[in-house]
Order: sequence, then C-alpha cells, then structure tokens
Amino acid sequence: MHRFANPNRFLRLTARILPWCALATAAAFIAGLYLALGVSPPDYQQGESVRIMYVHVPAAWMALSVYSFMAAASAVALIWKHPLADFAAKAAAPIGAGFTLIALVTGALWGQPSWGTWWVWDARLTSVLVLFFLYLGYIALVNAFDDPIRGAKAGAVLALVGFVNIPIIKFSVDWWNTLHQPASITRIGAPAIHSSMLTPLVLMALAFAGYFVCVLILRVRNEIAGRKIRALRLVQAQG
Amino acid sequence: MDGIRAFFEMDGYGVYVWPAFAVTAIVLIGLALASLRTLRDNEETLESLQGQRRRRAPVAGGQADGTDGDGR
Repeated sequence: MHRFANPNRFLRLTARILPWCALATAAAFIAGLYLALGVSPPDYQQGESVRIMYVHVPAAWMALSVYSFMAAASAVALIWKHPLADFAAKAAAPIGAGFTLIALVTGALWGQPSWGTWWVWDARLTSVLVLFFLYLGYIALVNAFDDPIRGAKAGAVLALVGFVNIPIIKFSVDWWNTLHQPASITRIGAPAIHSSMLTPLVLMALAFAGYFVCVLILRVRNEIAGRKIRALRLVQAQG
Repeated sequence: MDGIRAFFEMDGYGVYVWPAFAVTAIVLIGLALASLRTLRDNEETLESLQGQRRRRAPVAGGQADGTDGDGR
C-alpha cells in the first residue's frame, strides 16, 4: 500500500484516473437526474416532494462517509506519519462540509412540506448539525497553524475525537424518538423502497461518490503543490 | 406548455423541490470550481518557482520540493 502513497506516484496515477472519474460522475449525474426528476413516480403519501430524497439521502450518506474517510486518514497520518494521509484528510474536509450543508438545507426543504416544520432540535438533526460544525472546526484548526505539519496533527486528533458523533448520527433514529424516519435502504432484509425510486437513488449516490473522488483528487494534488511551494520558498529564503 | 408548467410546479411541491436541487448544484459546482481554480493557481506558482530555481542553479542536484525520492 505504501507504494501507492508516494506523492509523485499519486500525481501520475491520478492524472490518468481523473478524466475517467469525471466522465463517470457526469454520466451518473445525467442519468440520475433524468430518472429522479423525470421518470420516478410521486410518492403515494408525500407526492412530488419525495424527489428531494434523491439529493438529500446521497448527501447525508456522503456527509457520514467523508467524515469516516477523514478519520481513517487521520489515524493513518498519526500512526504512520504519512504526508499523503494528512493531505487526504485536509482535502476531504471542505467536501464533507459541503455534503453536510446540502443534507441540512435539503432536509429543511423536505421537512416543511412533510412535517410542517423546517427544523426540530431532535437527535438526528442536531447530531448532523454538530457534524457540520465538526467539519468547520477541523478546517479552522488545520489552517490555524503556521506550520502545516503541526496543523495537520492537531486536525487529525480532532477528526478522531469527533468520530464518536458518526455512530450517534447513524443510530440516532433508533435510539431516540425523532421526527426523522429510520433507515429504509441500509437495513437488514430488502430495502423498503420500490426499484423505480431505488434506481435513481443509487445512481445519484454513485454520482455523489464519484464527485467526491474527483474533487478529492484535485484537492490532494493542490495540497502536494502547496507543500512543494512552501519547501521551495523556504530554500529561497535561506539563500 | 401545460406539461412544462406542471413539471415545474410539481403539484405545488416545486417551491421545495427546485430549491433543494438548486442548493445542491450551487454547493457542488461552486466547490469543484473553487478547487480547480486554487489548483491551477498553485501549479502556476510552483512552475514559476521551479523555473527560477532552474535558471539560477541549472545543475543543482537533489530534490528540494519537500519530498525525497521515496515520497517520505
């Protein structure tokens, strides 16, 4: 695995992957949006408002997945001190924050027609709001140090401590009484959703995941470039 | 025309559905463009710095780019 974690090898490898990743993401978005907005039927209870699901659910899945990825990368960075793991965690944070923001805003837009309120301070919604602040806190902390290596280390500790929130979010709908419904896809047994809705949902989820990979590659490449610039400037300043 | 109108109104739910998709598009596209732009800026800066270095010390050996050959 270490062979692939060489920054220069990463640059070469991702230069080849990126166009295909972008292409696959675009295709999944086009197909997913077409099915989600055009073909999939209205819900028998929620009517047309159910279409919000096709952006809300993938965004919420990605909000949790990206944080888990960030925590895993942080653990690798702390244990093996690999710079690429730090870059990956730092690069993932704004994308995760974006997904969380989408989940929160689209959730409010879905809550108003189906629950009659934009927001409630229940376990699921509050824990996702905490996740959003964790992302923002991580970004602020990592950038608060003059030395990027110290910043990354502090951020890694925060990311790992904050990981406790992920199972809380996941199981909040089972542990507490919330307005938010429990999981319908990732449950034991078959998903409680018809294929006419499941297909666009899966396509949109793939599109979101592809988007994450593409933008993550861009941002890690940017981190590598930033670190090189810093090293060159230090050499310049020294003479 | 009525079909298009019905599509956008969505039985009255259009006022919730379209903003949800719009917010998603704005956040995702905005983040992708911002990431692309900073990457391009940084790569330009890096190239000009490396160019200056090459001009000043054309036979300088070793790697001063923050990574050794093994990437550690």
